[in-house]
Amino acid sequence: MTLAAGHPGFMSPTGVEIAFVLVGIATLGAALVTVTTKQLVHAALWLVVALGGFAVEYLLLTAEFIAWVQVLIYVGSVVVLLLFGLMLTKAPIGRSPDADSGNGWVALVVAVAAAATLVWVVVDAFRSTWVDLGGAAQGSAKVTGAILFRHWVLPFEALSVLLLAALVGAIVLSKRGAPARRSLLSKSEALPMRGVPSERKARES
Amino acid sequence: MITPAVSSLPAVQGLAAENLGVFGRDPWWLIIVKAIFCFAFAMLTVLFSIVWERKVVAWMQLRIGPNRHGPWGMLQSLADGVKLMLKEDLVVKGADKVVYILAPIVATIPAFMAFAVIPFGPANNEISIFGTRTPMQLTDLPVGVLYILAVASVGIYGVVLAGWSSGSTYPLLGGLRSTAQMISYEIAMGISFAAVFLYSHSMSTSQIVATQHDKWYVVLLPVSFIVYIVSMVGETNRAPFDLPEAEGELVGGFNTEYSSIKFALFMLAEYVNMVTVSAIATTLFLGGWRAPWPITAFWAGANHGWWPLLWITIKIQLLLFFFIWLRGTLPRMRYDQFMKLGWKVLIPVSMVWLMLVATVRALRNENYDFQRIVLYVGGGVLALLLLSLVVDVFRDRGRREPAESGAPGDRFDPMAGGFPVPPRPGQTLPPVPRRRPRGERQLVNATDTAETADKEQEGDNA
Repeated sequence: MTLAAGHPGFMSPTGVEIAFVLVGIATLGAALVTVTTKQLVHAALWLVVALGGFAVEYLLLTAEFIAWVQVLIYVGSVVVLLLFGLMLTKAPIGRSPDADSGNGWVALVVAVAAAATLVWVVVDAFRSTWVDLGGAAQGSAKVTGAILFRHWVLPFEALSVLLLAALVGAIVLSKRGAPARRSLLSKSEALPMRGVPSERKARES
Repeated sequence: MITPAVSSLPAVQGLAAENLGVFGRDPWWLIIVKAIFCFAFAMLTVLFSIVWERKVVAWMQLRIGPNRHGPWGMLQSLADGVKLMLKEDLVVKGADKVVYILAPIVATIPAFMAFAVIPFGPANNEISIFGTRTPMQLTDLPVGVLYILAVASVGIYGVVLAGWSSGSTYPLLGGLRSTAQMISYEIAMGISFAAVFLYSHSMSTSQIVATQHDKWYVVLLPVSFIVYIVSMVGETNRAPFDLPEAEGELVGGFNTEYSSIKFALFMLAEYVNMVTVSAIATTLFLGGWRAPWPITAFWAGANHGWWPLLWITIKIQLLLFFFIWLRGTLPRMRYDQFMKLGWKVLIPVSMVWLMLVATVRALRNENYDFQRIVLYVGGGVLALLLLSLVVDVFRDRGRREPAESGAPGDRFDPMAGGFPVPPRPGQTLPPVPRRRPRGERQLVNATDTAETADKEQEGDNA
């Protein structure tokens, strides 16, 4: 958890550790607010804070490349797309009373179980392994790329196939409604009214 | 998990050791001086470029432009800034107050942040400030360009949140448009950067400029440069891509409900973004602080001492002039045309180009000589072109037949339902009749003139 040796840093190793814990607490707090707030867009913004907190944690661990990729992908694209979706559905200003579903407790149990599993896996994997921090910084783009494409290439490709499957699934789901609408359209075209009014009628019905 | 992976990669680590040791060794006061210089450079360039824009657009439209404040109207934007700050600061009643006030700040701060990694001069401590030798750059990161991209993507939030928190329709539409715009143009932008990384072996800005010592990347990678230029105009919401603030359609777009200093901050953010993307284009493609070729041929000292500051300023100003030129020349694009350009032209073209560049680099790494590389790449491109031509020919034939048979049945009625409507899918617009030459009109009598006018009206409606 130290900054790379030989490079002048702003903080001493203990300072880095204290900052790491503080940022971690702030991130956890932002994540809690994200799931508990009743205002939709504010929840998305708290999510930005939480993801940004992760980026700061990566920076404190000297993983610059991953930190900025985190900002670029999660803060800059994923949450922006989320906001885009919210705005398309006319996200209301102020509290939405139906923001809470009854499944809150189930979700909490699942979240705690998932967190416990992950922590256990990480602790178990590193139980007898010591990471050597004496060498060059290990968060650089070249080292990350080499590790990713030499040792973890199969999981990486599997993930990209998973994303592709999700993409295709989303298209299939959004296309499912289309034929029904087309048949409605052709039916309504038999009506005397033509053009936009008939189309609007079809959409309403 | 990580240890065995890294220990088996000594060669990779040797490559990864970029020489950025000169950065991060400044005393604290020098860091502050440099940060203030970056801020002041951006601010002054903005103040100048607003006046410059109004002057240039005025000349292009045969007007004079601002000429009241200061010599040659140079203090006009300063006066505008003071005026904006003295205006009433409105907060709309239906707005989400916190986000409404946060939005202009979020838009402005990231715009300045990218300047931290722009190199204004060589990185080998050539200048001295108050007796301390230092590089002409605030700092540099091994992932400098990635940092620029990340910071730019945070800047989107300002626009999006301004649009949403105003609680009004036009700003919301403007915010939606800018979200879609920035996301889709950022992809093309990132891919065009990737080609540069392949040549420079680094993402640090000082390294990228250093590798351009004999050839600028605009010569080596012309396609990447063009893609970047187009997407930088899209990214900064400037004409002809200024759809989020299209005044003809959306009143003022995302900043409709803003006034006083908040509006001034949005204005500032837009112009600082222009300066920033111009500085990035200069750094990545136009040789950064290097003097252009004919000057270096007879003046060896052009790239040393304080001179690089002059060259980078000139290059940034030329790019800003290019922005203004575009605004003075091109009409605003329609939204669907704009999206089509982004997704169907820029992204595929830059993708194919990146594959090409990567192939050439890989062949060079395997020590193939230049002629053979040209042969392979040229052959590959030719084969691809031929294939696409053949596919195009067959696709066209398949489509034309049903179109001809189906055309008469589905006629387009522009006034269906009693008011003008756009064509539905499958319908085509009737051809727009040409206006008659003016010479004919003078020869006919009054009734004929009325008829012509009627016909023209019809043509306009269609």
